[in-house]
Amino acid sequence: MKSERVAAIVGVAESDLGKTPGKNVLQLQAQAAKLALEDAGLTKHDVDAIFTAGNWAWAPNLMLAEYLGIQPKYTDSTNIGGSSFEAHVGHAAAGIKAGLFDVALITYGSTNRTKPANSSFQSPLTAQYEIPYGLPTPVGAYALAATRHMHQYGTTSEQLAEIAVATRKWATLNEKAYMREPIEIEDVLNSRLIAEPLHLLDCCLVSDGGGAVIVASNRVASTLKKKPVWILGHGESHSHNTITNMPDLTMTSARESGKAAFEMAGISHHEIDVAEIYDSFTITVLLTLEALGFCQPGEGGAFVSGQRTAPGGDFPMNTNGGGLSYCHPGMYGIFLLIEAVRQLRGECNARQVDDAKIALVHGTGGVLSSTSTVILGRD
Amino acid sequence: MIKDLIKSGIDDESRPYWNGLKDKKLFIQQCGDCQKSIFYPRSICPHCFSDNINWLEANGTGTIYSFTTVHQGYGPFKGETPYTVGIVELDEGVRMMTRIIGDYNEIKVDKRVSIIFKEVEEDFVLPYFQVIT
Repeated sequence: MKSERVAAIVGVAESDLGKTPGKNVLQLQAQAAKLALEDAGLTKHDVDAIFTAGNWAWAPNLMLAEYLGIQPKYTDSTNIGGSSFEAHVGHAAAGIKAGLFDVALITYGSTNRTKPANSSFQSPLTAQYEIPYGLPTPVGAYALAATRHMHQYGTTSEQLAEIAVATRKWATLNEKAYMREPIEIEDVLNSRLIAEPLHLLDCCLVSDGGGAVIVASNRVASTLKKKPVWILGHGESHSHNTITNMPDLTMTSARESGKAAFEMAGISHHEIDVAEIYDSFTITVLLTLEALGFCQPGEGGAFVSGQRTAPGGDFPMNTNGGGLSYCHPGMYGIFLLIEAVRQLRGECNARQVDDAKIALVHGTGGVLSSTSTVILGRD
Repeated sequence: MIKDLIKSGIDDESRPYWNGLKDKKLFIQQCGDCQKSIFYPRSICPHCFSDNINWLEANGTGTIYSFTTVHQGYGPFKGETPYTVGIVELDEGVRMMTRIIGDYNEIKVDKRVSIIFKEVEEDFVLPYFQVIT
């Protein structure tokens, strides 16, 4: 079944990335929003829905909309961590389908590197049963998942390193990527241990940066200069908050969010030309590939071996260099969408995946807690 | 201080758990209707939504579900590295985060462990576990 083409992504942009000591989170979002609207051929007066996620204000949408001078008729501040923006795209598509608005602005901004957020004023509530043990989060939680996966399936550190090495190869082709020196599997294994079995090079960067995505109705999209990137399917879920309460450390709720997205899009796995999969850590990718059904549980290590996800491999993945090598300002999900859209428009130059027609975008938030999947396609 | 990190969260719902540890008792909960064990403490059963919840003293044994040895710690834990944090599945069927102490080479997934009540600071006791040899 071919999905209805109701809503499309029509504009994308990043702000400055990397280290941005001169800019606050509002400036980064304004910069990205302006560029994304220009990319779409729209103005801020066309925006009638606003979406953001962050912990930089008690009600981020109020502060951001006021700063940008936008009075929306629809507003959504869903914050489920790094996968929030894939959820926002899903919510925007649903709102457009319901006829509630025509143009949604989705933004993110973070000064995670130069000015890390401090949330210590909050009550720990259910986190009080984890905090006293000194698990560094999020990396320690992902390390627990990796230990369990290795025990259950025999997955190796070399297999996890394959992901970091392949992703770095893509970064060498992206001038905006922060880390562009090629690395080998040995480099990953010889980098210092952070939380066993994860090494430094199994972990994403810590960056500043922002991004923006414009979602528009079919009616608006059909009037614009660039070809629309249709939202073919989406799904979301979350299975836990604290890592102790993850039902199965080897299976994320990508199983549910991915299934929903594939069913809505009416396509199957072999039709995906390019995958942008949240890579906070190498293990995040491996678990996600299994949960989405690209391979069976336990086969993720074999799936990524032989540099299969690298440029020239038969499963092009994280083509901007990923959170591992391009940028990772805390909640990375918006950058996955930006790269997928550019791939489907054929705007990626040296890193362009030939004839990419359908992309899968998958965000993971918290400590493997939330997942949102979006399937995008061009005409 | 470790307790300072969480003291604002210790309230009537969690206090029986923390007080129990000071008496060398590990309290979890059990649903009075569906009989399932519950951890962390709650006012409602996450399995059947009953509010008939009772405290239950766990026997303090279980198996390692997963673990990680931490080499980069933060805050008050910075100077302790390396140390091992684990998730233990108690014999009552619930999982909890803990520290696994003892010989590093003995710590494996699925190994049997038993509780050690560790007074990490004055008047603050944590349930640590060690491998049963």
